[in-house]
Amino acid sequence: MDLHLEGITHRYGDMTVLDGIDLKIESGQIVCVIGPSGCGKSTLLRFIGGLERPDSGEVLQVGNAPAESLNPLTYIFQDFALLPWRTVEGNVSLVLEDHDLSRHAAAEIIEDVLARTKLTDFKKAFPRQLSGGMKQRVAIARALAVKPAVMLMDEPLSGLDAQTRELLMDDLIDLWSREKFTAVYVTHNLNEAVRLGHKIVVLSRRPGRIREIVEIDTPIDGRRRGNAVLNQTQDVLWELLREEAIAADMELTNG
Amino acid sequence: MADPDTHSRPVEFRGGGFAPKPIRGLGPAVFIVLFILWEIGSRTGVISALVLPAPSEALVALRDLWVSGELWLHLGASLQRLLMGWTIGSVLGIALGLLIGLFSIVRAGVSPLVSAIFPIPKIALLPLFIIWFGIGEESKVALILFGTFFPTVIFTYGGVDNVDRSLIRMGQSFGLSWFSIVRKIILPGALPAILSGMRVSSAIAIILIVAAELIAAEKGIGAYVQIAGSLFATDQLIAGVAILSVLGLTVSWLIGKAERFLLRWRN
Repeated sequence: MDLHLEGITHRYGDMTVLDGIDLKIESGQIVCVIGPSGCGKSTLLRFIGGLERPDSGEVLQVGNAPAESLNPLTYIFQDFALLPWRTVEGNVSLVLEDHDLSRHAAAEIIEDVLARTKLTDFKKAFPRQLSGGMKQRVAIARALAVKPAVMLMDEPLSGLDAQTRELLMDDLIDLWSREKFTAVYVTHNLNEAVRLGHKIVVLSRRPGRIREIVEIDTPIDGRRRGNAVLNQTQDVLWELLREEAIAADMELTNG
Repeated sequence: MADPDTHSRPVEFRGGGFAPKPIRGLGPAVFIVLFILWEIGSRTGVISALVLPAPSEALVALRDLWVSGELWLHLGASLQRLLMGWTIGSVLGIALGLLIGLFSIVRAGVSPLVSAIFPIPKIALLPLFIIWFGIGEESKVALILFGTFFPTVIFTYGGVDNVDRSLIRMGQSFGLSWFSIVRKIILPGALPAILSGMRVSSAIAIILIVAAELIAAEKGIGAYVQIAGSLFATDQLIAGVAILSVLGLTVSWLIGKAERFLLRWRN
């Protein structure tokens, strides 16, 4: 299943946040979206998953999601969005309860996704007992449980410290190598973008337009830290973003 | 220029404080000391028996109540009214609070009415209730129901309003049904506020039950206090008030228990 974005334009009041975004998200690829703060990247992600509607333009689903997918478009949020009154297991179970699954089948899925995210020992823990990195792994487990066709990740690592971010990035690469999921990955962190993206979409400051799409051919599981091509790409991206970021920063202070 | 000052001293400590610590036994000790002073005052005549009976006299009155079996008669009557009024008031209040929290049309239509009725001292309405529901149990239960209903409504919809929107958005993004979102995200999210509301409404209920019984009842703690007052039997009056205090403490302890159990995910 592919997703095609066609002419996405959106205003909040008389302020245009997104202007004519065309983008193709192909199955099995990770598309990273980067841009200065306030450029509408998170808004774009909400359009893609149908949580908000753009003023004009469309998000088209091309082809059908695999039959076993319970929730084809599945988010991973920056703030984890775990229910504090449910345990790790309960939080994963939440998203299965509205589907017609036997108790046994649901338990099997939960068991499997917790194992894949190395959370089996923590299934009875409440979110408040977990570190930020663990919480995000619970959110990833929850997303995996519904077998998404496309994962929509909204700065999933931005709330975490640098070491945890590295570890989770490795986990994500691992997960991707095992089954090539499709993802739209919004971030402001260029390193995450060059490590995880097949395609990196650079948005301009408000109104957000696509400035450039950078493709990286190096396979994701072959990208080592300090890889020359990656560093070079990261520099190119930074050159693209620098002025936008400065301008966006001034815009915010000027109100 | 003098040599640089190499004299060393520890950095002055400026932190600490502002962190209340539990001190075991101090609360009861203050209680006991106060009672002893009161008893001494009464016995030496510093506190005239007319102004305030000695605690020991109130204790005797309490024992008489116990021995004669009247305690259970009065307490039973009050508790029955209290439980009925409070339960129905809370259930209806939570229901309307949810409706206000969930539906804009109910909020726009009903919440001004709730805000208008909430601050009325419900005791002022007791004569009306007696006209509507008669002098019997119904008017007393109705008063408590009415008194506990409004704060519950306000606390409940305040709780619903405060549920983390990102959790609701998460529920929607996973395709949860509307009913699931209400039951599994909004209700538990509003539960802390609902329980706070029940704490407040329980105190209101105790105030109102006594007020209702003061005016029109033969049985009940309020009636007992009322009879004692009209006979200037201040020892019985103090005994009655002590029972009310214990009742209030018990209810608040029970709610504390419920909170610790239902909100155990918090800490």
